[in-house]
This record gives sequence, C-alpha cells and structure tokens, in this order.
Amino acid sequence: MVQLLPFEKSLEKLEVGTPAYDKELASIYNKLSSYQKTLVSRHADRPHGLDYINRIFTDFQELAGDRFYGEDQALIGGLARLDGMPVVVLAQEKGHDIATRQKHNFGLAKPEGYRKAIRLMKMADQFGLPVISLVDTDGAFCGAESEERGVGEAIAQATAQCLRLSVPMISVIIGAGGSGGAIAIAAADKVFMLEHSVYSVISPEGCASILWRDPMMKEAAADAMKITAQDLKKMNIIDGIIDEPVGGAQRARFDAMDSVKTFVVKELKALMKLSSKDLQTQRRKKYDALTR
Amino acid sequence: MANSCKFPQKPHAKYAEVSDKLWMTCRECGDMIYSKKFHSNSKVCPSCGYYAAMTPVERFELLFDGAKFETIEMPIPSDDPLKFTDKVSYADRLKKYRKSTGEQDVVQTAVGKIDGVETVVLCFNFAFMGGSMGRAVGEGIMKAAGEALARKAPFVLIPASGGARMQEGINSLMQMPRTLMAIEDLKNAGLPYIVVLTNPTTGGVTASFAMVGDVHIAEKGAVIAFAGRRVIEGTIGEKLPDDFQTAEYLREHGMVDIVVERSELKSTLGNVLSLLTNVKKK
Repeated sequence: MVQLLPFEKSLEKLEVGTPAYDKELASIYNKLSSYQKTLVSRHADRPHGLDYINRIFTDFQELAGDRFYGEDQALIGGLARLDGMPVVVLAQEKGHDIATRQKHNFGLAKPEGYRKAIRLMKMADQFGLPVISLVDTDGAFCGAESEERGVGEAIAQATAQCLRLSVPMISVIIGAGGSGGAIAIAAADKVFMLEHSVYSVISPEGCASILWRDPMMKEAAADAMKITAQDLKKMNIIDGIIDEPVGGAQRARFDAMDSVKTFVVKELKALMKLSSKDLQTQRRKKYDALTR
Repeated sequence: MANSCKFPQKPHAKYAEVSDKLWMTCRECGDMIYSKKFHSNSKVCPSCGYYAAMTPVERFELLFDGAKFETIEMPIPSDDPLKFTDKVSYADRLKKYRKSTGEQDVVQTAVGKIDGVETVVLCFNFAFMGGSMGRAVGEGIMKAAGEALARKAPFVLIPASGGARMQEGINSLMQMPRTLMAIEDLKNAGLPYIVVLTNPTTGGVTASFAMVGDVHIAEKGAVIAFAGRRVIEGTIGEKLPDDFQTAEYLREHGMVDIVVERSELKSTLGNVLSLLTNVKKK
C-alpha cells in the first residue's frame, strides 16, 4: 500500500480497487496544484533513477569516477542497451531508505558527479552512442566541499558538454528538476517530463523564503514560478509530457516506467535518423528560440 | 599585491554609494571620505580598501583606452513572462529599478580598445535587481557574443550577480544553456573569452558563462560562489572560514587564474588580451 500524501486523505476510508476509490483517486489527480505535484514528484515510492535503469534498460554496466577526484553515487552513469540500442545512461538517484539515501546523498550531486557525466558524454560522442539522462534531484549538493571543488564550473562544463554532443541526447525529468543540478544533464535535444514531475529554478520553499521571507508561502511560490510539466509545455520549455498511471507513478511503478521506455524509444529512433550536423543545427535553433 | 583589503567583500547593500556630495561615508569602515578621491580611486575606499560596486559605464571608462567606447544596444525581451507576483509584483519591481538606475535591465555592452586591442565588453549592473539573470541578461550576452564574433574581437564579460531572477522562473534557468552556446561559438572561432569576476558572482551565473572563460580574472576579495555561505552553513551546521568563496580562495582551489586589485585590472586585462591576440600593446 502506497503511503498517502496529505491531500489524499479522503482515500483512507475507501477500499483500494473499488470504483469509489478509483473515482476519488482520479478526481484528486485531475486537479493537483503545483505544490501538490511537487509532493508527488518527491514521493518516496516513486520510481527513481536506478529503478528505471533496472527496468527499462538491459546489459547495464555502471562506469564510475570522474578521473580527477572521486566517484559520486548521486549521479549514476554507465553503458546499457535501450530496446537493443547501446546508449550512455545518466541517472540521478535519491535513494529510498536511510542507507540508500546516504549512499546516494539524497540525489544531490557533487562536482565529481557532474565531471563523471562530462566524461561519459565525451565517451558517448567518441563511440557514437546516444545519451539518455533521467533527472531527479533537488539540486546540486550545497556543501563546503562542493564549492571547494568548483561545483559551478562543473555544472557549467556539463551543460556545455550536453550542447556540443554530436550524438542525440534525450532527458526525462522523472521527479524533481532542481535548477542547475538538473540542467547540467538536461540541456538535451529533447526534454520530456513525467506528468506529475516539476522543474524549477529554485524549490518552492527556497523561493518563498527569499521573496516572501516566509517558507510557509511555498504553495504561492510554486504557483507563481510555474513549475509543472503542464506549465512548461505551455511555455514550450519542454518537448512533451509522458502520462503517468492514475494516482501517479508511485502507484503503478512498472506501468509508469514502461511508458517512459516506449516514449523515449520512439523519440530516440526519430533523432537517430538525423545526421550529426542536422542534429546540431536543430539543437542550436531550439536553444536560440527558447524563452524568446 | 597589497593585502590591506578586508575580505570577503560584503554584498552591496546600498547602491546609492555614489553621491554628488563633496564628502561621503564608506559603508564598510564608516570613515568620511572625499568623494572626488573615492571616484578617482575607481570607487575603492581610500581608508579601508573596500571595493564599491561599479556601474557598467564606470567599468567601461576604467577599461577602455582614453575612456572611449561605443555602446551596443541591448535587446529587451517583453517583460514579465510569468506575470509573477510575490509581495510586490515583478512589473512594479522592474519599474522601480528602471527608475533608480535609468537602465532597462542588468547588462550593458560596449566596444572599444583595451591597450590597443579592439574588445567587446559586457558588464553587469548589480544595482539593477542584484544583477539577477533573466531573459534580458541571456539575450544581452548572446547579442554581445555575436558582436564579438562578427568583429573577430575578444569578448570580456564582467559579472556581478546574485544569480537567477526567480521572478522569471524556468526562463531564468534556460539562460544557462543559451549563454553557454553563445560562448561556445567564440571558442570555436578561436576568439578569447575572458571573465572578470567581481563582487558578488553567484548561483546560476557562476554555474554557466562565468566559469567557462579561457582566463578568469577576479577582483580582490570578491565573493564568487555557487550556493550562498548561509545556505552551506545551514547544511553543514557550522561556521565557514572568513575567506571561504573569496577570489583568493578560488585561486587557491584552481578556479581563478589571476586575482587583481582594481587599479591593476586594466593593465592585467590588456596584457592578457595582447598576448592572446598577438596585438602589440599601445
């Protein structure tokens, strides 16, 4: 039984699987607010990066380390096959219990994580492999060692590396797209978001603290910043929305992941038809026009 | 290099540091200083060495030979893409800063010669909403980089920014890849891209165009950071050393090439430009 979020309390009295339950669930999820979507995107049972790697890719071989400083398990990378095609996969992983959350540092990557991503993207280029990134982070790690090792520089170089690829890159925001920590592996040819994921320049809590000087204004901040997949599609910031099962990906994990696979495979096949030159021209146009 | 400067430099709390009055108070040390001396000293307090924020025009006058330059008009995208309101509407905030600075947004660009090398210089105005990066900053950098490309001239970028302009939400974040793409064009064309980091350079600015220069020059004591000191102290629950995230600290950690005093900025920049372009200094 999936853990209920505060706004799902009306489901408590209903029996799972009954028409009344399904009706109530659908009605809740049809009118989620921006902040409610933020909570869904952070749900502990939502499929995370490693879940996707295990479910929709085959022959995954993890590759570790940035060859400068260390290895960062907040951002997992490696080689794998997607529908038979060899690809480089990058995935942020938050962990799902105390031990794994610590291991993956809650999905908050340090400079070495982004430098590993750069290294693997260069490898993708070298061997002509497309890059698939699965984004799920509240942001880059905000700690002294992150600053010491130049997290700003690492994010900037990773973003620049996405943009200079000669191979196709697809990013999927599977949970939280947290600012610079996300864009570093999401400046892709195509960017998709799961139906109840969010993508923003700062968390609603952070924005509320700074602009309203009151973290309790997080709901207003979430609305004002327009952070939902639906808002971002409307503004043409992202290329498409991947539907989730009714009640969110946390309620039907395999179905949710399988629909991501179907969606991404189709898009990837289309991108693979383009020459490197056409791909880069198209990418250039996309980012030139973005936000204009 | 003199070491009298108190660092880290504090963020500029007040912008009306420049006044027409004969005497003024340094906001760092509180000393009464002769305005004329402050200005002839490139807005460095003669008493304590505090570096006050400079406007883009002041920077241009400082850097270009004979204070001669031609400004390049910056594109101004339509206002307020999200129709954003917090305690105050974004539209009203824009109005207020436009009135106080006399400018439309943060960045201004000029072209002129620095030690004889024709150079495009883009400068942030911290007084305009803390130099925050929205669409206008992105478009400005793209235009300025394009200008450098067309003139086959080096591009010097002088950030001073609190980071993203939250009132533009995701539009602000998207300026990171957009500006990086414009800088990449300069690299592909073999044109020098120099970043002069000034106080403060933080957030999404640090995580994009400000950290991919061929050469990074930083003003003494400038705070250069991704996450703010208070955020990090909150995360780790302890106090950080005084020099954390200063220009000197970044040089020690390999992120900055040169730390300069403001009085040496023009000559240092001129020398680097001259060496990279092989134009003899004038």
